[in-house]
Amino acid sequence: MAHPLKCDLCTKPATVHLTQIVNNKVHKVDLCEECAQAKGVTDPSGFSLADLLLKASLNPEPVAAGVRCEQCGFTQADFKKHGRFGCPACYDTFGGVVTPMLDSMHKGTAHTGKVPQKALARKTLHDRLQRLEVDLAAAIKAERYEDAARTRDEINQVKHTFGQQPAR
Amino acid sequence: MTIASLIDSPSELTEASGSKTAIVLMTRVRLARNVAGNPFPGWAKPAQREEILALCKEAVAATPAMKRSLSLSVDELTELEKQILVERHLISRELSGTKAGAGAVISKDQTVSVMINEEDHLRIQVLRSGFQLKKTWAVINELDSAIEDRLDYAYSATLGYLTACPTNLGTAMRASAMMHLPALVIASQMEKVVRAVNQLGMVVRGLFGEGSDASGSIFQISNQTTLGESEEEIIKRLGSVLSSIVEHELNARQKLLETETGKLQDKIGRAYGILQHGHLLSTTEAMNLLSLIRLGVDLGIFPDTHRCTIDRLFIEAQPGHLQHAQHGEFEPGQRDLLRATRLRAEFANFAKPNFTPRSDGPN
Repeated sequence: MAHPLKCDLCTKPATVHLTQIVNNKVHKVDLCEECAQAKGVTDPSGFSLADLLLKASLNPEPVAAGVRCEQCGFTQADFKKHGRFGCPACYDTFGGVVTPMLDSMHKGTAHTGKVPQKALARKTLHDRLQRLEVDLAAAIKAERYEDAARTRDEINQVKHTFGQQPAR
Repeated sequence: MTIASLIDSPSELTEASGSKTAIVLMTRVRLARNVAGNPFPGWAKPAQREEILALCKEAVAATPAMKRSLSLSVDELTELEKQILVERHLISRELSGTKAGAGAVISKDQTVSVMINEEDHLRIQVLRSGFQLKKTWAVINELDSAIEDRLDYAYSATLGYLTACPTNLGTAMRASAMMHLPALVIASQMEKVVRAVNQLGMVVRGLFGEGSDASGSIFQISNQTTLGESEEEIIKRLGSVLSSIVEHELNARQKLLETETGKLQDKIGRAYGILQHGHLLSTTEAMNLLSLIRLGVDLGIFPDTHRCTIDRLFIEAQPGHLQHAQHGEFEPGQRDLLRATRLRAEFANFAKPNFTPRSDGPN
């Protein structure tokens, strides 16, 4: 006899086998009676395969076991438990876990929609300002006053674009 | 502005003049946004949540669209007030269940609501009565850009807007329509529709979102996926799915009229009788009866002007609104009594059904 399939969400034998086609992609899920009930699989109107797939895709090999997000301290075990990430930086930390999930979850794997242009422009300016401040401090410390003056001019220019008070 | 005056002022849903649209009751677009460099609400410490709440409240309230708005903290609201906001689709059940460090900014006309520290830092929502996907997207797009002037959003060039749950990545947009589909329900075709809609990458839910039932034959249809398509593409695809559902509903109505006239008229006539003379009505029963009367309006059995009344009663028959109108809190059994009393009063002056076919046909 063939080896019985295990439930994708717990380890009990799977008795409910579901195939759904979303966006022309075939998704297969095997569940035990209880998980199927709990997830509302029996009720077609309230059933979202995406949420289920999210949980199901977390169970196989722990790609980043032991890895902790530097920004917020989130671990992969936390993700398994909550189904949500800890902070925006988690998407870099757990990229290896997220990327394979996206394909079955979404229509594509790359963003093609709205871009927050203004926020991005601000960030570019902000990053440049930070680099310049570091340069300025270094120049003053090394007593390279000509460089320091030039950097300060540049900082003032950036701040002007930013709409801030010039550096004293 | 106070919560009491917000609750007592007319809302887009209860006083909608646009309710002439027979099948699509309401269009809604929601965007999820997070502030860069901060933990998502579910992982943030209480102090961080408070900080984000204050930051977001200020940024949202400063936008032109929210000039006249009400800023709320969830912990300042009573259970009943929260319930009323949920029934008006202005906050989610999830937000109403949070204790501290969560809130909402709601515009005076109640078409715009921004939830703070729900699943994401910001859940921006714009709703409009009737079928107005493009218009609603245009409004929310502008509001989103205005908030972006004041907040740095968490964003990645490949993954788009970064959200707590990976199912919302990309556009982080959920566009939906609330549809009244009584004929598809009577003809037992909803299951088929749900399956077909799922195959097209859209989801069907009940009136109050995830896990809620479809009482009153009201369904919410929205996009399932958010990454890999632009907002305009999603709106266009959803729009064509909705149009085809409208067509199916109209066909189902036509077929019922032709082949099961007696059964259909009996259902509507009985609904009218119970609403006029019943003494105990649960929310679900009231919704189902009102749904049949609304179908009757669409079919010309009741005057067209009565559609607004039904749409208002859909909301006012909900437990929160009912208790608010009665100035108190009541047990479910008492509520059923009050609900029936309320509906009897409304239907005492309601036009009598006219079952003789109109010359111009339905709709």
